[in-house]
Amino acid sequence: MEQAVCQELSVESMPEIEGFFNEMRKTFKGSADELIPMLQRVQRELGFLPEQALLEIARLTGLSTARVFGTATFYAQFRFQPVGKNIIRVCRGTACHVKGSNRLLETIEEHLQVTPGQMTPDGLFTIETVACFGSCALAPIMVVNDSVYGSVTRSGALKLLNEIRVREAGLLG
Amino acid sequence: MDFTLIKERAEKNWKALENLRQPFIQIGMGTCGKAAGADEVYAAAKAALKAMSLLGRIMQVGCIGTCYLEPMMAVRKPGGPFIYYGNLTAKRTEEILISYLRDGDPKPEWAVCFTGEGPVDGIPRFEELPMIKPQVRIALRNCGIIDPENMEHYIARGGYSGLMRALRMNPEEVVQEIKDSGLRGRGGAGFPTGMKWEFARRAPGLTKYIICNADEGDPGAFMDRSLLEGDPHSVLEGMLIGAYAIGCNEGYIYIRAEYPLAIKRLETALAQMKEYGLLGRNILGSRFGFEIHIKEGAGAFVCGEETALMASIAGGRGMPQSRPPFPANKGLWGNPTNINNVETLGNVSAILAQGAKWFAGFGTEKSKGTKTFALAGKVERTGLIEVPMGIRLKEIIDEIGGGVAKGKKVKAVQTGGPSGGCIPAALFDLPVDYESLTAAGSIMGSGGMVVMDEDTCMVDIPRYFLSFTAEESCGKCMPCRLGTRQMLDILNEVCEGKGAIEDLEILKDVSETVQKGSLCGLGQTAPNPVQTTLRYFHSEYEAHILGKRCEAGVCKPLFHYEIDPETCNGCGVCSKKCSVEAVTGEKKKPHSIDPDRCTKCGACYEACKFDAIRIC
Repeated sequence: MEQAVCQELSVESMPEIEGFFNEMRKTFKGSADELIPMLQRVQRELGFLPEQALLEIARLTGLSTARVFGTATFYAQFRFQPVGKNIIRVCRGTACHVKGSNRLLETIEEHLQVTPGQMTPDGLFTIETVACFGSCALAPIMVVNDSVYGSVTRSGALKLLNEIRVREAGLLG
Repeated sequence: MDFTLIKERAEKNWKALENLRQPFIQIGMGTCGKAAGADEVYAAAKAALKAMSLLGRIMQVGCIGTCYLEPMMAVRKPGGPFIYYGNLTAKRTEEILISYLRDGDPKPEWAVCFTGEGPVDGIPRFEELPMIKPQVRIALRNCGIIDPENMEHYIARGGYSGLMRALRMNPEEVVQEIKDSGLRGRGGAGFPTGMKWEFARRAPGLTKYIICNADEGDPGAFMDRSLLEGDPHSVLEGMLIGAYAIGCNEGYIYIRAEYPLAIKRLETALAQMKEYGLLGRNILGSRFGFEIHIKEGAGAFVCGEETALMASIAGGRGMPQSRPPFPANKGLWGNPTNINNVETLGNVSAILAQGAKWFAGFGTEKSKGTKTFALAGKVERTGLIEVPMGIRLKEIIDEIGGGVAKGKKVKAVQTGGPSGGCIPAALFDLPVDYESLTAAGSIMGSGGMVVMDEDTCMVDIPRYFLSFTAEESCGKCMPCRLGTRQMLDILNEVCEGKGAIEDLEILKDVSETVQKGSLCGLGQTAPNPVQTTLRYFHSEYEAHILGKRCEAGVCKPLFHYEIDPETCNGCGVCSKKCSVEAVTGEKKKPHSIDPDRCTKCGACYEACKFDAIRIC
């Protein structure tokens, strides 16, 4: 499980979140059944759910903060820590497991020196695991940001990570 | 708009497509296709047409089910058959298109099959492929054949005629039709759909809801995703028919957020339905009105359970509630609610179009129709299949799946995901129907079917599933919350070689408690993987505990790798693959593994082409 302790936003990003919530008020009425869609929207925008956003959602919906935090921490989709620039998700479905996704995950963990849920110190990668992506016929599956890769070998995965690294270095340089 | 006019136009456009006087290329662009590289194939096909200065049509289609051949492309010259090619790369795509479209050589050695007018020299017919022959496609009737983002294709192939027929009947007759068809819920439990509809129809209340359960949470299952990606309208039509039969005007689709493409296809489909007057008030000129909302799940397996699903739609933690009251009487926001699985609804639209009698002609006495399965794991041909109920497991694994890959020995098949069990190879004569699979200790489930071979450890498998259910248990019922954890702890110890033989008795005891003492399906079925493996693979447990051996080479503390000096020819591939320099040896001489350095990652074992590396 990810840590259910929320990270607070830095003071610099506060105006950003205020502007974002002004937008949110236009699309959401603030009813209780909109709670999960609102959380999803915040995460899509900010990459994770900072404490301020959860408090703001509680104000907007009129729900108790306990209810908002309780719901957010119940679902695996929500993160409470910032994520790296690239999210590497390894599928842990049955077919992937049978085809050695645990070994694939081990290799990636070893290479990046982080465990699922953690971000690399350079902020480039976060590893996550997913229960099943539903592309079982091409197991093992690895998803890099929004691109799905099938029949991934350990060396193939490392090659992919290096490609990203080179690309990112190019962007910086 | 008048449906007859819509249908006429759709048929005309479909006919025009069939008689297209240009090369016509279809590319499977489901998630699986894309994962295998369909985007590159698409780009290559487009570039090849341009390079040859040919006008042609490229259409994206859903999954045709032969996932092991992805990415796939079908090519047709005007008036000719569709020729299918698989496992494509950008280069191969270009070569095929140039060879066939320009030089007239269809390259039979690269082709998989053909559909349409034949025969074609050296290429088998699609329906004759060993993987396809035993299949009957009802739910998947359009997958891989139509453009899922084009509603006219669906209509031209008979879509929405079932709804038209339903609207001419009275709702009770529609319920009766589904009852007569013998359709049972495809989400796993197999409750008769017609009866479920009747309960919701009879329940007092003005506001009622219908929910399509697309929270396909079982790891190892992808039928619902493929159906929604390949033919979303078949499911939506089923939903409309259900809503009309029950008497409700609002529906929800609860779908996993992990399925972005399916969500996109549904959104497109809903927009088209609005445009054609199939949503909103007075659908197709009738007095029936209906609205559909999409709700994205947030990653909780338990939300596949009906009451938990509704709690999640209402914006709370997805925790199940005790029944009664049943959702049919008191469901979403306290109103009568009917929940059906994706595949069930896909069948409903076919039943109304073709009649209950036709549908009941497939399958067995108690399990009518067909069932889709996501065939994966260690078989040669993985994919999405649909078979008549009553087919034997053997036929699915050997004929459709082509047996176990790489000449290994088959050990078991796992059906029903974390709620199901492992059925040993000795029982592969078992017919696939709800009752037979339950009797064997497994369940039909939603349709995950993962084949396991001698390299799969049958103690590790229940451990894997328990680590999933222990994590996903919502925590409401103590037996499930603590019991799944307890079972997992025991299995972890056994896999580490620290188990005692008495543990197996405790494991059995706890599994029975969890089964009996849990409120919802998650807890009631979570012990299935443990119970079936204890029943059928007891000797593997004993080998782990007493012999401290894992013969499958999965549980790291219980095996080591050795190189057989007789078989090793010193090719050196293993030592190159080893990342910790544990494999050493001179070129062309037998190598050896240093057990102190070896991390048992298995890289050398997988790399050796001569089977010289043994699990000891």
